[in-house]
Amino acid sequence: MSSTAALDHWSRFTPKQRIKRYGVLLATLLVVAWALQSIDVIWEWVWDSPAQMADLFSRMVPPDPQNLPTIMQAMWETVNIATIATLFAVILSLPVAYIAARNTTPNVVTLWIGRFILVSSRSVNTIIWALLFVAIFGPGIIAGIVAIMFRSIGFMGKLLGEAIEEIDTRPVEALQASGASRFKVVLYAIVPQVMPTFFAVSILRWDINLRESTVLGLVGAGGIGIILQGAIDTFNWPEVSTVLLAILAFVILGEVVSMYLRKRIL
Amino acid sequence: MTDFPDTWRKPPFIRNTLLRRGLWIAILAYVVFTMATLPIDWERVSAGMGRAAKIFGGAFPPSFARADLLIDGFMESLKIALLATVAGVGLSIPIAFCAARNIAPRPVYYLGRATIIIARSFHPVIVAIIFVKAVGFGPFAGVLTLTVYSIGFVAKLLAERIEEIDFGQVEAMRSAGAPFFSTLVYAIAPQILARQVGLSIYQLDSNLRASAVVGLVGAGGIGATLANAFGRYDYDFALAITMVIVGVILVSEAISGVIREKLA
Repeated sequence: MSSTAALDHWSRFTPKQRIKRYGVLLATLLVVAWALQSIDVIWEWVWDSPAQMADLFSRMVPPDPQNLPTIMQAMWETVNIATIATLFAVILSLPVAYIAARNTTPNVVTLWIGRFILVSSRSVNTIIWALLFVAIFGPGIIAGIVAIMFRSIGFMGKLLGEAIEEIDTRPVEALQASGASRFKVVLYAIVPQVMPTFFAVSILRWDINLRESTVLGLVGAGGIGIILQGAIDTFNWPEVSTVLLAILAFVILGEVVSMYLRKRIL
Repeated sequence: MTDFPDTWRKPPFIRNTLLRRGLWIAILAYVVFTMATLPIDWERVSAGMGRAAKIFGGAFPPSFARADLLIDGFMESLKIALLATVAGVGLSIPIAFCAARNIAPRPVYYLGRATIIIARSFHPVIVAIIFVKAVGFGPFAGVLTLTVYSIGFVAKLLAERIEEIDFGQVEAMRSAGAPFFSTLVYAIAPQILARQVGLSIYQLDSNLRASAVVGLVGAGGIGATLANAFGRYDYDFALAITMVIVGVILVSEAISGVIREKLA
């Protein structure tokens, strides 16, 4: 903006910026329009959907607490799946994080092995892992635990690896200079620095895993999902709403607990 | 200082010895107890190893023979993710305003928060099952599901951003007598717009991931193709699909990372 031109009004963007912004907006609109007109949707169902949903909702009310003891038992199983899987994943993710962090990995080959484990673990969703492990182990809890473990390792390994890469290197150098073994360097110079992240990440993942473990049963991998699937298959909508309410309470409780733990530990 | 310690020990994470040991014992007891009581059939687990070999044997090499099915599934997933992002982000804006403590009156605030909590609590797969039952199989159920999923995330973070805004500008406009709506547009919107765009791109990426999963229960997209392949023991095709899913997710993660970096 030249200083000679008198500003008689204020505008937030230069003309060039404005053209760019409208261009992006237009492109977005075009893409959305393309998606809307080419998606394979039966529009009669769409117009019908509010009525259908109201109907479904009316079937769900009031919730039927008759099976509550069974539901609570399945909930407890779900907690156990999430917790045990998180515990194992925490342990297994430590060495992976160690070799996936650039500053602690012994060489390039292990770095790439670490990165490969992290990426393949993270990119496959828990349900897809569960599908695979149900095919291997048969339906049941073990498939659920292993599926959640496989998914969590990538998540925790990545965040822990990043924490290791960001550590202050001076304690490491000091220990190395005094002739400490590699194990002692890790234990005394690296572990104390990543400890807070370690706990934060474990709690966060536990919270996520509680949510994920509620759906494992839908592919046969144990937990509350099995009861939910059963109730849906038999059109027992009052029980479905009971299970949904139970899941809601359970997830909120998990969030409260993890918030409390985070505050206490960090 | 006569008895200065000549050895050093790492200070424990929890200082209270009793609490520390108690915690360890409690954790150990929990693990042992749960592992012992979980209905795990170890015989089947060991039998599973042979089955794993068979599955992986059947999966290699991955088969791209039905690439057209794969591409169709992916295009559908992409469309589901796009439409759900637009709808979800659009709906998140009013919900986020409702759920911001500094803008909304108390009752509205609680309503907004409750909406977000409910949208966040249910795993997309559960939401998908309900929608599939309500509106039938296909991508429409997927779009609805991911819309709910997007609201849970975008509205939550956007509400937090609104709570952090510089309130001076709002006060300035209010004292100049601006109506409520103008305050939203000129005092609040400019402050949250950058975050909103960043969140939308992140959510698009996240919806693309999730759209692969909701298809497993009949809500359209590549997940439906994957579930079919798995159900028909077409492990080589299933592996091909999984590989493409992983590839697409990595690419979309990279793209969204680049865009968000440019925006920031």
